Amino acid sequence: MWEQIRSNQTRSIILVAAMGLLLLLFGYFLGVALFGSGVGGLIVALVVWVIMSLIAYFQGDSIILSISGARKISRDDHPRLYNAVEEMKIASGLEKMPDIYIIDDPALNAFATGRNPNRASVAITSGLLQKLNRDELQGVIAHEISHIKNRDVLLMALCSVLLGTIVILAWFASRMMLFGGMRGNRRGSSSGGGGYAALIIIAVAILLMILAPIAAQLIYFAISRKREYLADASGALYTRYPEGLASALEKLAGSTTELKSANQALAPMYTINPFRSGGRAASDLTSTHPPISERIRILRSMAGGASLAAYDKAYREVSRSGSGVMPASALAGVPAVAARKPEAVEVEPVEPEKISSARETSDLLWKFSDYGLVNCECGTKLRVPPKFRGDSIRCPHCGRVNPLPPRQKSVS
Amino acid sequence: MKIALYVVLGVVVVLLLLLVGVYNGLVRARNQTKNAWAQIDVQLKRRHDLIPNLVETVKGYKNFERETLEAVTNARNVAQKAVGTGVGAQAKAEGELSGALSRLLAVVESYPDLKANKNFLALQEELTSTENKISFSRQFYNDSVLGYNNKIQMFPSNVVAGMTGFKAGEFFQVTVPEEKEVPKVSFN
Repeated sequence: MWEQIRSNQTRSIILVAAMGLLLLLFGYFLGVALFGSGVGGLIVALVVWVIMSLIAYFQGDSIILSISGARKISRDDHPRLYNAVEEMKIASGLEKMPDIYIIDDPALNAFATGRNPNRASVAITSGLLQKLNRDELQGVIAHEISHIKNRDVLLMALCSVLLGTIVILAWFASRMMLFGGMRGNRRGSSSGGGGYAALIIIAVAILLMILAPIAAQLIYFAISRKREYLADASGALYTRYPEGLASALEKLAGSTTELKSANQALAPMYTINPFRSGGRAASDLTSTHPPISERIRILRSMAGGASLAAYDKAYREVSRSGSGVMPASALAGVPAVAARKPEAVEVEPVEPEKISSARETSDLLWKFSDYGLVNCECGTKLRVPPKFRGDSIRCPHCGRVNPLPPRQKSVS
Repeated sequence: MKIALYVVLGVVVVLLLLLVGVYNGLVRARNQTKNAWAQIDVQLKRRHDLIPNLVETVKGYKNFERETLEAVTNARNVAQKAVGTGVGAQAKAEGELSGALSRLLAVVESYPDLKANKNFLALQEELTSTENKISFSRQFYNDSVLGYNNKIQMFPSNVVAGMTGFKAGEFFQVTVPEEKEVPKVSFN
């Protein structure tokens, strides 16, 4: 079944090819409009594309990791994270242990990168690492390892390079047109009769200049969303425990902190879109990630199964669409796989002592200044100022209304 | 005439290439199952190696139940000897070790000091993870066998498999009752 899931890649490859064609078409018309030579434009587009692809292929992972400020860790730095990655490496049959990085950021997110399964890295923010229990961490890591195993990382890197090339070309073209590089135009007017043809070509070039980046972006998002569902499905299969990822996603959804180091082009690499703003319309076309609520619902309606077929069925039910995420061939001949029970182990997350003691001190300081403390169900600690009047307080995080303990009221 | 010859030659070459591809795919799948099987042993050995540490850490605590500790040590020695004596015997010994371990960890429940001990917490994480890795490596072994068997039984690779004598792989099945239950390495 590992091989079969790749058959789905034909669809992705078609989409990538469409993006490539778009680039070539764009390059050709720009060339005609700007230098009066379509082939020249084609060559410029190709050269930019090849150079950028090579950089992305050989240096992409280190660039991304350094932009996001990730630091590499070893087993001793964080045994639980290391173990979770190793467990998923075993479950997925990955041959080489991926490098593990931590990003010191309170935001909740994780991503995978690397050009092939033998040179891969998994990065997770320290915020997420602290929030998740063992099962949830395993779910998130399984999702990332699936990206590596399904080779999404390379695919998405090449796609984003294509997209980037189109955007860069459009940008340069618009500058050149504005500042009078319109050789095609001059030639057109001097030759009189050919004026109309030249005008049409310029019109097409301008139209492409505006539309190509948008079209490329839509294709890019379409590929990205599909890969997310697939990674969820294989993640559930590896852990045999869809609930782990589902409840991790729930925690992610509840967070409002934006990742500082995030970058629009890197967005599809993350577990959840780092740019989501609260309450945005669900499945819009311009989203790199499927809506979290839908991903959670699909995972939770797998009804005790953990196979790809169970995910596919759940996907059809939740999205009410005729076609599933996977081609029928990937599901043939695969027996049902039962999900396992939740892990009984609930080891308290081993928090670095420094952080926990700092937290205790700050709690104490708040207490001294008569601030009350209410623990919201979503995990947020609400500090109630001493002058606060009222019986209840709304959590700014999840919106639940929490009653204030009576002691609090008498004090204030 | 000549053209016909070239066409026939071309078809033969393509068929041969296909055959080679399918055969190599089968070999790759079979090797993957073998490798997956070896991975299980790696994890079982890791568990054996962890136990002396665990026993050392727990021993320091006054009045810690002697029998429980001895049971774990014995089970571990039996399991270590069982390595290489056949799948059935080994599975039984490992099952008993799992049982002994979960009893030990249940006893730890009543030792709050031990539960707060840093060494012990680290060991507990290692043990939990090793148990997970054992079951994940078994799971991957079964997944690999499934893929391999599908290849052997499905057209067209079944033709090549039949000609070259590939035999279906055996799934790992849990036979010892204790092994079926995931040992509870839990003590909150």
